[in-house]
Amino acid sequence: MRHRSWVSVLLLLAAATACSSGEATQNGKTELTIATFNEFGYEDLLKEYEAAHPDVKLTQRKTGQGAPHHQNLFTKLGAGSGLADIEAVEEGYLSQVMDKAGQFNDLKEIGPNVDNRWLKWKTDAATTKDGKLIGYGTDIGPLAMCYRKDLFEKAGLPSDPEAVKALFATWDSYFAAGDQFIAKSGGVAWFDSASQVFNAMHNQHEVGYFDKSDKLVVETNPAIKADWTAVTNAVAKGQSAKLVAWSNEWNSGFKAGAFATKTCPSWMLGVIEAQAGAENKGKWAVTEAFPNGGGNWGGSYLTVPKQGKNAKKAAEVAAWLTAPEQQIKAFKAKGTFPSQVQALKDPALLEQTNAYFGDIKAGSLFAAQAQKVAAAQYKGPKDGQIQENVFSPALQSVEQGKSADEGWKTAVAEAQKVAK
Amino acid sequence: MTAVLTRSDRERVAQTRSRSPRHRLSALDAKVSPYLFVAPFFVLFGAVGLFPLLYTAYVSLFDWELGADETPFVGLDNYRELFGDGQFWNALFNTFSIFLLSSVPQVIVAVVLAALLAVNLRGRTAWRMGVLLPYVASLVALTIIFGNLFGPQFGLVNSVLTTVGIPPIDWQANTFGSHVAIASMVNWRWTGYNALIVLAAMLAIPREVHEAAVVDGAGPLRRFFSITLPMLKPTLIFVIVTSTIGGLQIFTEPKLYDPSAGSGGGAEHQYQTVVLYLYQSAFQQLNLGYAAAIAWLLFLVVIAVAGLNFWLTRRAVR
Repeated sequence: MRHRSWVSVLLLLAAATACSSGEATQNGKTELTIATFNEFGYEDLLKEYEAAHPDVKLTQRKTGQGAPHHQNLFTKLGAGSGLADIEAVEEGYLSQVMDKAGQFNDLKEIGPNVDNRWLKWKTDAATTKDGKLIGYGTDIGPLAMCYRKDLFEKAGLPSDPEAVKALFATWDSYFAAGDQFIAKSGGVAWFDSASQVFNAMHNQHEVGYFDKSDKLVVETNPAIKADWTAVTNAVAKGQSAKLVAWSNEWNSGFKAGAFATKTCPSWMLGVIEAQAGAENKGKWAVTEAFPNGGGNWGGSYLTVPKQGKNAKKAAEVAAWLTAPEQQIKAFKAKGTFPSQVQALKDPALLEQTNAYFGDIKAGSLFAAQAQKVAAAQYKGPKDGQIQENVFSPALQSVEQGKSADEGWKTAVAEAQKVAK
Repeated sequence: MTAVLTRSDRERVAQTRSRSPRHRLSALDAKVSPYLFVAPFFVLFGAVGLFPLLYTAYVSLFDWELGADETPFVGLDNYRELFGDGQFWNALFNTFSIFLLSSVPQVIVAVVLAALLAVNLRGRTAWRMGVLLPYVASLVALTIIFGNLFGPQFGLVNSVLTTVGIPPIDWQANTFGSHVAIASMVNWRWTGYNALIVLAAMLAIPREVHEAAVVDGAGPLRRFFSITLPMLKPTLIFVIVTSTIGGLQIFTEPKLYDPSAGSGGGAEHQYQTVVLYLYQSAFQQLNLGYAAAIAWLLFLVVIAVAGLNFWLTRRAVR
């Protein structure tokens, strides 16, 4: 594999100039690095760990955004060196990591006993087919429904958090309520964009884009086509505001009140507050319901790549950080929603309220929603890519005027190209 | 400096040769130093220019997935696949469309702008520096602002269109519309820059030629077409060739124009350019071999088009 080693050399050079990885043991101390993105709320915890373990020195490498963090992760994984001892992995990238599970340590083998620490679906998602645990769960993003109380009232729908639960019981009732809403809303859409709804529906199925033998089943899995039809029908009726998630137009859509409902993981409350702004305070509400049960969007894991020299010690640190007691502290520091069974019962979490959403007990609401997630869907190696780069643009093209049938054909063809 | 040797220098070097070690060293210095002085450029160019270029050609012959355990040799298969890949031809079309929509108006406006700036204006340095301002602004900031202006639902351009009674255009879904939006970013940034280059060349044209033409009774337009333009030829060739090279490699604008932050260049690749497709292949699909093939094909296309433009400009402006 001559050329491969050449790449390694080049990437190694790049890595060496960028940062030297902490493998060394300096004056008797084991130096460990932990690479995270956004905010994990670990700053104080790392100091606490160092104080309790004088023989360990921890360094945190923080990247502002998820995308560059993971790009770096996969590049250095390919290069064979340069990774931190502990690498955070976001749920959206987990399938790609699971595909390269051989390059990560089995935490069941090298780590302390942590059985039943997490919600089952959280652990299952990071467990390989042959039972290896690749990552310790940190946080999650249980899904609920956010909606505009004032717009619901105007359109003659119930607006009380208890009363709206019936509208969000199933996807059928959700789209039916959407029809009712847009008939009287005067141009306001029901949801922000088709892919935001489609992805949530898709993730509730037992089988996703791939079956467990990593065969692409986009065409043969009837659930996918059914979701597609349901969502594109709603688009045809005008239920979608056609705003691409995270775009500037989407941000403006929150301010302008361009849509009335939003699939809402726990962390979305902060996003809505920031985007809709103070002038819309009191208009948004969240309810303890999600069509067809529950769902999850987001959350991360801590992994220990095999590149690191001190895997066992790194696993100890990762296990400690992801213990319920610590994760509750991270929740208090940065609001990351814990994935640990015990942490989900912690009073600090259950008592947490959100002023922007009418002082609702958001902590207990999302803790309840987390219990409703049925099971972890098996994700094939290119699952994330198919969601991001195939189905989302295909749904967007239907929103831009393409027929649902043609959009479906494109999606299938592109999915086959990606899976090849 | 020993970099330039006159004949007598060389003779002296010849005389002193083989006399003493010290002299020998100085002779060596005279011979080798010039090469050492220029070496840093060539060493750097070799490392970061030539080597990647050749290595890319090598990579393009493999089915090379980033991080994969096996990278089998596939010969010219990547190129064969590329020629049958609709998405590549679409990207090539988009690239040329955006290139024409940006470069053609840009060069014409730059020449006109330069002619206007060459006139004796009050505070002319301020005017001349003024046209350079868009170039000073950060490309990323500029692209984000233009992306907002051309937002299909809440963008300023559509608001203005609606006020004057024109139906709003979906600047994302509409292929031509998206090309116009992206070309406008390029034009905004580069027109003033090119105008200044043309202006410098314009001011270098000897006054006597113009004066002679005035004596012969030529009006300002006649002088512009018969004197100014032909004498601008070398500069125009430079401007056109550099804008060709830049235009065909356009990446940042379409990348950041996509609201989904992906590399698809629109929901149906409406504005995916060749470099964007290259980026998507390499860093989204991790298919380095295929991306390398795209890179090489683009390289050849750029050389061909730049050469063609060079030839056309030389012929057209006589």
